[in-house]
Amino acid sequence: MTTHENVVKVRGLRKTYGAMVAVDGVDFDIHRGETFALLGPNGAGKSTTIEILEGYRDRSAGDVRVLGVDPAHGGLDWKARLGIVLQSSGESGAVTVAEQLRHFAALYPNPRSVDEVIAAVGLENKAGTLIRKLSGGQRRRVDVAVGIIGAPELLFLDEPTTGFDPEARRSFWQLIRTLQSEGTSILLTTHYLDEAAQLGDRAGVIAGGRMIDVAPIAELGGVDARVPVVRWREQGTPHEQRTDAPAALVAELVARLGSEPDALEVIRPSLEDVYLDLVGRENAEVTA
Amino acid sequence: MSGTQLRPTRLGGTTRALRLGAVRIGYEVRAYFRQGDTVFFTFLFPVVMLTIFSVSFSEGSFGQAADGTEVSAAHFYLPAMLAAGLLLSGLQNLAIDIAMEKSDGTLKRLAGSPLPVVSYFIGKLGQSLTTGALQAGLLLLLGFTVFGVPLPEQPERWLTFAWVFVVGVVTSAMLGIALSAVPRSGKSATAVVIPITLVLQFISGVYLSFSMLPDWLQTVASAFPLKWMAQGMRSVFLPDTLEVLEQGESWNLAGVAIALAVWLVVGLVLARITFRWIRKDA
Repeated sequence: MTTHENVVKVRGLRKTYGAMVAVDGVDFDIHRGETFALLGPNGAGKSTTIEILEGYRDRSAGDVRVLGVDPAHGGLDWKARLGIVLQSSGESGAVTVAEQLRHFAALYPNPRSVDEVIAAVGLENKAGTLIRKLSGGQRRRVDVAVGIIGAPELLFLDEPTTGFDPEARRSFWQLIRTLQSEGTSILLTTHYLDEAAQLGDRAGVIAGGRMIDVAPIAELGGVDARVPVVRWREQGTPHEQRTDAPAALVAELVARLGSEPDALEVIRPSLEDVYLDLVGRENAEVTA
Repeated sequence: MSGTQLRPTRLGGTTRALRLGAVRIGYEVRAYFRQGDTVFFTFLFPVVMLTIFSVSFSEGSFGQAADGTEVSAAHFYLPAMLAAGLLLSGLQNLAIDIAMEKSDGTLKRLAGSPLPVVSYFIGKLGQSLTTGALQAGLLLLLGFTVFGVPLPEQPERWLTFAWVFVVGVVTSAMLGIALSAVPRSGKSATAVVIPITLVLQFISGVYLSFSMLPDWLQTVASAFPLKWMAQGMRSVFLPDTLEVLEQGESWNLAGVAIALAVWLVVGLVLARITFRWIRKDA
């Protein structure tokens, strides 16, 4: 096995519904052991892509391999190696947390310990509670627990922390870090860019059905996108300059103006800025 | 638990499918009894109806046995409610249950797990048989102890009861699985399914005495399985003096067996054709 063994390999993936193109020639790989964040606005093709990889949807064209298997023909042995946390769940929840996990554990050949998983998602006190009596965030944690009970090689997390409070999100991140340290490969979709930055090794940005960038999180959008911006006001007019040496620029401004520059800001673009810039550019191209 | 064994290479084996089927039955039965609406409209409904009919018509006579004893309302309605139970525990239960599971994401979750489809069906069938048997037991107990319905003493009658029950529930369960494909959403499932089961119960001799229905309606009802389940149940519990009221003045158990077998095959084929974990083209 090479260090870059791919658990997911996608080439030229297309999905059309009649004349509507949902996914338009997407390529990307996920390496074994890494966490890959799939980012993009709603309706960009994220969910369609992830559902094709999970075997829930058929593709129109392209080549897809998940754990070496074509998901359109994935059998039980293949499913046993996956963990899937779907975007939403509205199940009747007429069983308790512990019953649900014991049940799903029985479906997998090599499950994790039910008690450990319940503890890992922080539901020890709710183990004997019917799932329908849990809060939205607690139900989401049950979804995650069911997703990891089978000790998957590859875990799909589709917007896993929607509806979590900040504290629950932190502890969820901690759980994902534990899974990462155990070698689980993860495909994560999220609207929270801080979450992608916290958990992701690499990210792909999808917009308008196309993958507009794939890179390590720190390099997304290219080097230029991360050049700091200096903003200030001079005689009432706003000025903005991108520079790799913001301190030098500020020093020069102070020297030239002979006083403190008005409304001075030095901004290092965050992942969010880079992402919005990327998606914005794509939209501009589409409408142009 | 199998936590220590190494990852096997094949999960598609029959033994595993049967073992997980048994696991599913336990899970399904437990969940069934925790849903208040199902317990009332499917499990207790025939029990409630038997009580209402027995009390309302307690003064009436529904015929005479050979020894001259009157057939009470409870006696007359017990087989009818047992037949209704077969339809409710199989068809109504599963058609609504699976339509809900389709729309609330349960099936999608299972589709992503290594659960064989066969195990899922074993679970549903086992749930119908288990809850149907408990329901029948409750009806018999209520009829015997509270309303003094005489229960048959001949073993061959109980044999008839056994096969009508098993074939009835299985047929009705298969038709329920097939019917679950019709509702467009979980919310509309009860609206689609309950009118069907209700009409069938009215025309098949469950609420209304079958012999009082016009011939043409009897003929229409004969095209559906419930009429035959009710007839089979009447043959078990009613005195033979009432046999003349049946179509052709006979319990016609061969007819019951043939009609249910045909519907079983129809249900099986339809269930096989229509059932999907998820709609892949959605």
